[in-house]
Amino acid sequence: MPVFWLILIVLGISCAGFVLGRYRAMASADDNSRNLHSLPVYYGTHVFMKAIVPGFGLMILWLLAQPLVIDNRVSQMIPADQIDEGSTIGLVMSEVRRTAIGLENAVAQGAMDAGLANDGNADVDEVTRQLKDSGQVVTANITQPILRAAQAYRDMRGTSNLLMSIAVLLVTLGGVAWAVSQTHRGFRARNVVEQGVLAILIAAASVAILTTLGIIFSLVFSTIEFFKLYSALDFFTLLEWAPSFSGRGGASSLGILPLLWGTLYISFVALLVAVPIGLFSAIYLSEYAGPRLRGIAKPLLEILAGIPTIVYGLFALLTIGPLLMSVFGDDGLGWMGGGRSVMTAGIAMGIMLIPFVSSLSDDIINAVPQAMRDGSYGLGATKSETIKQVVLPAALPGIVGAILLAASRAIGETMIVVLGAGAAARLSLNPFEAMTTVTAKIVSQLTGDSDFASPEALVAFALGITLFVLTLALNVFALYIVRTYREQYE
Amino acid sequence: MSDASIQATPEQPKTTSLLVADPHTQKRKTAEKRFQAYGLAGIFAGIFFLIVLLIAILSSGTGAFTQTFINVPVYLDPAKLDKKGNRDINDLKKVSTFGYNPLVQNALFQIVQDAGVETPFEKTKDMKALISASAAAQIRDVVLNNPDLIGETVDFRILASSRVDGYLKGRVHREDLARDKNIDAEHLDIVDALLPSGVVRKSFNLGFITGADASESRAEQAGLGVSMLGSLFMMFVVLVLALPIGVAASIYLEEFAPKNRITDLIEVNISNLAAVPSIVFGILGLAVFIQFMHLPQSAPLVGGLVLTLMTLPTIIISTRASLKSVPPSIRDAALGVGASKMQAVFHHVLPLAAPGILTGTIIGLAQALGETAPLLLIGMVGFIASNAPDGLASGLLDPNSAMPAQIYEWAKRADPAYYERAWGGIIVLLVFLVSMNTIAVLLRRRFERRW
Repeated sequence: MPVFWLILIVLGISCAGFVLGRYRAMASADDNSRNLHSLPVYYGTHVFMKAIVPGFGLMILWLLAQPLVIDNRVSQMIPADQIDEGSTIGLVMSEVRRTAIGLENAVAQGAMDAGLANDGNADVDEVTRQLKDSGQVVTANITQPILRAAQAYRDMRGTSNLLMSIAVLLVTLGGVAWAVSQTHRGFRARNVVEQGVLAILIAAASVAILTTLGIIFSLVFSTIEFFKLYSALDFFTLLEWAPSFSGRGGASSLGILPLLWGTLYISFVALLVAVPIGLFSAIYLSEYAGPRLRGIAKPLLEILAGIPTIVYGLFALLTIGPLLMSVFGDDGLGWMGGGRSVMTAGIAMGIMLIPFVSSLSDDIINAVPQAMRDGSYGLGATKSETIKQVVLPAALPGIVGAILLAASRAIGETMIVVLGAGAAARLSLNPFEAMTTVTAKIVSQLTGDSDFASPEALVAFALGITLFVLTLALNVFALYIVRTYREQYE
Repeated sequence: MSDASIQATPEQPKTTSLLVADPHTQKRKTAEKRFQAYGLAGIFAGIFFLIVLLIAILSSGTGAFTQTFINVPVYLDPAKLDKKGNRDINDLKKVSTFGYNPLVQNALFQIVQDAGVETPFEKTKDMKALISASAAAQIRDVVLNNPDLIGETVDFRILASSRVDGYLKGRVHREDLARDKNIDAEHLDIVDALLPSGVVRKSFNLGFITGADASESRAEQAGLGVSMLGSLFMMFVVLVLALPIGVAASIYLEEFAPKNRITDLIEVNISNLAAVPSIVFGILGLAVFIQFMHLPQSAPLVGGLVLTLMTLPTIIISTRASLKSVPPSIRDAALGVGASKMQAVFHHVLPLAAPGILTGTIIGLAQALGETAPLLLIGMVGFIASNAPDGLASGLLDPNSAMPAQIYEWAKRADPAYYERAWGGIIVLLVFLVSMNTIAVLLRRRFERRW
């Protein structure tokens, strides 16, 4: 039974349960809702909840566990000699899965006899031919063990689906029966329902924790895999980034330092653009500008924050790059070899960060108490002297926090550097040279054709965890600074 | 007596006056002016960048909305298309686009001859450079849908090749032709000659907005439509998941959560998730949804799930703010007439906070719509999104692209004709973002209530 139908049936049963629960409650109260403890609708909802929650819960758990269990059992069926040199059990398993899906579709189309699809001794060539005839994607080399595994896989999936449907329906009906049996006029349905709703609310709130755990686990497990294949010391200390393209590892040198250098260099250039512009406009907007200029300029600057990063990436690649080339390129000063460079990406990223710096600093400058300014004016200081000697020092921790937040944005930015910074990892001081960053390499290592079990792909997870830890540390530190500063004047 | 002592040391009275500023004061005043100028310069630099960005987008992107078409009457030769003469659809299908190419080229060659254009070309095959490779497929589709047309001469509006299009838009220059093996200067002479008669014409290109992506050599045919549907399905997933989960989480945190360490942990988590680089969410999606749960790669469902996780913090933060802005008196009144806490929240606080929640959700969706990096990792690039989905299930599960991913894909292709498409795609994307944000602002203006 397809999952979709199962979902509909569970929903149907639950709705029927709602009606039943409400009806039974009213019946037990002589059709007068004033005799009930709760409003009648709560009795219905009570049954509905007790039916749908276990039903869907079991379904989700089953669907999550099913591939794990089946994969495990099927992969034990594959003899070790079926795994070619350079291949892995994972690749063979995906072949098995593909074959099983092919069998399934072919039978569904009627292009293949169901008996043949299940026949353990079926001729491999015959099955392959029939699969191809019915337009299924199959690899050329289906072997007997793979076919057997695929048949077992298909078989187990079928059984498992059937079992799941039965179990889910039983649980749902059981829920209805249990809830209905509880329903009578004195039953505190509202309290039970509210407990249930509260549980749902808590579950929704913990999605945030689950996401964080998901990120950490997915990064950590693959990173450990990576460090089993590749020395962690090399990863953190090698000055060279040169993945081999064969997908076998061995010859690759995967040092993170050139990538970190590129990341920090580009972020530095970006901050060099964003901090002065952002800071000065924040000072002017909060201290000098009248309401009219503020009303126009602030939203205009904030538009920059709403523009998607892909736009900045394209802007870097197609506008800033050629522009810089015409000045610093071969026709001009000759410092630049191609349109992609640290400067190209850095300037685009700087523009993106301007509103980030300006609106954060604006808030912080506004939080400095007016009394401090008045004191300074009273001593005869001019406005700029007050700003430079009173307001800015008072706001400094907050502004540093804002800059750190902007830096963490810059480090984690992907699209601009993928399009604007280039692909070659380099340790160089020339800002007009192409360099690459941690994020750009995560993209290129994971979007290539390499096998997910190779160190060339797994390194992306190690890069990811480095990036995650780096940005997280910067953020926590920045938020800490901003928060302590805010408390100071409250 | 003190007067005497003052007079005893007859100092020259200082020449300072309240009306004339002394040098020191002047210096301070100029410093003040300078500082203000720096501030103004900062603001104008920011606005200048914004304007440059918009000009770059508009000037490079508007070209994508027009396209060069060639109007040709094509004689659908029965001898070539239907050799058996029985108009059997299965026989007609056996004639591939290669069979149709000569027909189009003949027709165009005929026009060129009739117009009396002086050209060194003698073979009809030389017309190939003028015509998009999609023309034959276009005519084939028409013939297969309507086999009775065979033997007649039908007017077709076919796409010109991207070089011709680029020539009319000023992207391809005659000086550069020496290096271009796709088209010769003589071809452009033909284009120039055919322009006045309206055979070759630039007109609005609906195909760019509704069409599918095309292979790398057919820039003139590529469109954004299919990836737009991909984005639409992703936004659907985000809306369906992120809004209820986000609202439920905010209600718990704002109204029910006890002050304890678990609540603190959740809050810290949410604020940190808001700052996690989007690419990390892509890694999460790849590892959890694709490698662990075996959901299909490149599917809008997976993209939507990843974007949901990314958007949740935004929605939670704005929902909490709007819940917080509902005054406690509302809750107290509800509790006072005997509502339970849950009833007070769901019947009174939540409806009052709804406009704010909606605004925050729309802004979160707009953010998600423009996000690209995580989509790269779950495989929504690198293939040609050519088939429009034909239903909810296929829309969610079949491989598709998304608008920003499609733009990235075009930006990576070598043909400059695709750069124009990429800018054009950005215009479409920005139109969506601007309208979503405008709706959000209007909603806020219309429903915002101050207590």
